[in-house]
Amino acid sequence: MAPVAGRPRPGDPLDPDAAISVRGLVKRYGDFVAVDGLDLDIRRGEIFALLGPNGAGKTTTVEICEGYRSRDAGEVRVLGEDPADGARAWKARLGIVLQSGSGDSQLTVRELVTAQASYYADPRDVDEVLSLVGLTEKAGVRGKALSGGQRRRLDVALGIVGRPTLLFLDEPTTGFDPEARRQFWSLIRSLRDLGTTMLLTTHYLDEAEALADRVGVIARGRLVEVAVPSALGGRETAPATVTWTEDGARRTEATATPTAFVADLAARFSGEVPDLAVSRPTLEDVYLQMIGTDR
Amino acid sequence: MTATAPPAAPGLPSLPAVYRSRSSVELKEFFRQRESVVFTLLLPVLLLVVFGAVLDFDLGSGVSFTQYFMAGIIAAGILGASLQNMAINIATERSDGTLKHLLGTPMPRSAFFVGKVVQVLAVTLASIVVLLLIGVVFYRIDLPSGTDWLTFAWVAGLGAAACTLLGIAISSIAKNGRSASATVTPFALLLQFISGVFFQFSEIPSWMQTFAALFPLKWMAQGLRSVFLPDALAVDEPAGSWELGRVALVLGIWCVLGLVLCVRTFRWQDA
Repeated sequence: MAPVAGRPRPGDPLDPDAAISVRGLVKRYGDFVAVDGLDLDIRRGEIFALLGPNGAGKTTTVEICEGYRSRDAGEVRVLGEDPADGARAWKARLGIVLQSGSGDSQLTVRELVTAQASYYADPRDVDEVLSLVGLTEKAGVRGKALSGGQRRRLDVALGIVGRPTLLFLDEPTTGFDPEARRQFWSLIRSLRDLGTTMLLTTHYLDEAEALADRVGVIARGRLVEVAVPSALGGRETAPATVTWTEDGARRTEATATPTAFVADLAARFSGEVPDLAVSRPTLEDVYLQMIGTDR
Repeated sequence: MTATAPPAAPGLPSLPAVYRSRSSVELKEFFRQRESVVFTLLLPVLLLVVFGAVLDFDLGSGVSFTQYFMAGIIAAGILGASLQNMAINIATERSDGTLKHLLGTPMPRSAFFVGKVVQVLAVTLASIVVLLLIGVVFYRIDLPSGTDWLTFAWVAGLGAAACTLLGIAISSIAKNGRSASATVTPFALLLQFISGVFFQFSEIPSWMQTFAALFPLKWMAQGLRSVFLPDALAVDEPAGSWELGRVALVLGIWCVLGLVLCVRTFRWQDA
């Protein structure tokens, strides 16, 4: 059985059932090693979030999987094929939302999505796509006249109109206001319900936590950990921090058994504990620790 | 390593279907953009109106300079619709990510170029028709007759082909649309001054004539003069004749050279 449960190890065979399977991927730009022996499996049907600082190799890895860049070493299979071959029939099963988006267009939103649909074998209904991304009311507006958030939704519409099996989303919500991001998240969830596999790169940890089935952290060209968001970096078993106020001073205690500790506190105060809070390390805490103390 | 075979993909759309779709996209992109329409289509018209009104002196044989200028401004119009248009348009689309986006779709790559060719043909044709209309209505230009139309067609077609290929090649050198425009526009203007568009070619210093003869515009203008001017005026040409064979040869060489440059330099994304 394929090692999809966690992070594949160097030397593991490619996983034939995975949507994306990568082994020993290396990419150099001159002397700079952007990707340095990366191993990764993405299951069919999951939303996988790739996290990492700028320059860690996220976009390079994703663009190799999309067929945009060549690799210097390693094996890559995307939907069972080598992206370097990149035939039309293979591309027809992908949806790609690039970080850069696309340019100013004189075509209307509907015309752009219709043109994009004309490249695919079995496209989605254009009106259905427009309503899915919330652009129905903007259908007659030219691409160049859209706001930043609307453009990003147009990019997603172009990415999904071909009915992709696998959707790449490279920093899809950069520049969104909080409400637009919430709307975008619900769009992504409805796509997952339709069975689309998604590889998402993002700088927003709350986004990864809200959307992803699994999170992978890239640092210095390697995948340093893969886990469900709640377990990343041993988060769920890390000591909890209990804070409260006693004798006018703020008190803090790290404990592996927060429930018992709070029960003791409650008994000591015989009732409400002033300013009580129990917390685990946030995703951001463990993430920052990981990219800072990479092996 | 035994990758499961992908499910039999339902047939991808046929080439003609995608060609139609891309052509429609390219036509809308051009004709809806005010700047490109003004710059590419209306500028030659304005020049024709101004020069036609100011420089209507007699060239001899009862032919006015406007008739001479007609050939030159049509050649310049073709240059604008093909070389300048493609260099700026494709450089812009490369730097703003449009090309990269298309590369990530199953669109056959040939469809991109078919769309561009359709755009160039439509703009070239529109430019020629408008210029001829204004020439006939306002300046009593004598329209070509008989086999002159045939010459008109092949000179315009071959010239547009050479300039389109060159424009696509130049787009790969430019960093973005603005830098393409900043390089190509002044150069095109310079060529127009020394290739017999604004002035009679015979009045240009011979070293400038030699320089102009390296580029397609001079030969396009010369070929079109054979269409618009009486054969009696061929004696004013550098060789004393229209040299149509050489026109075809030079434009043909530029087509081949342009094609080689395109194939070797075309990029879908910034390096």
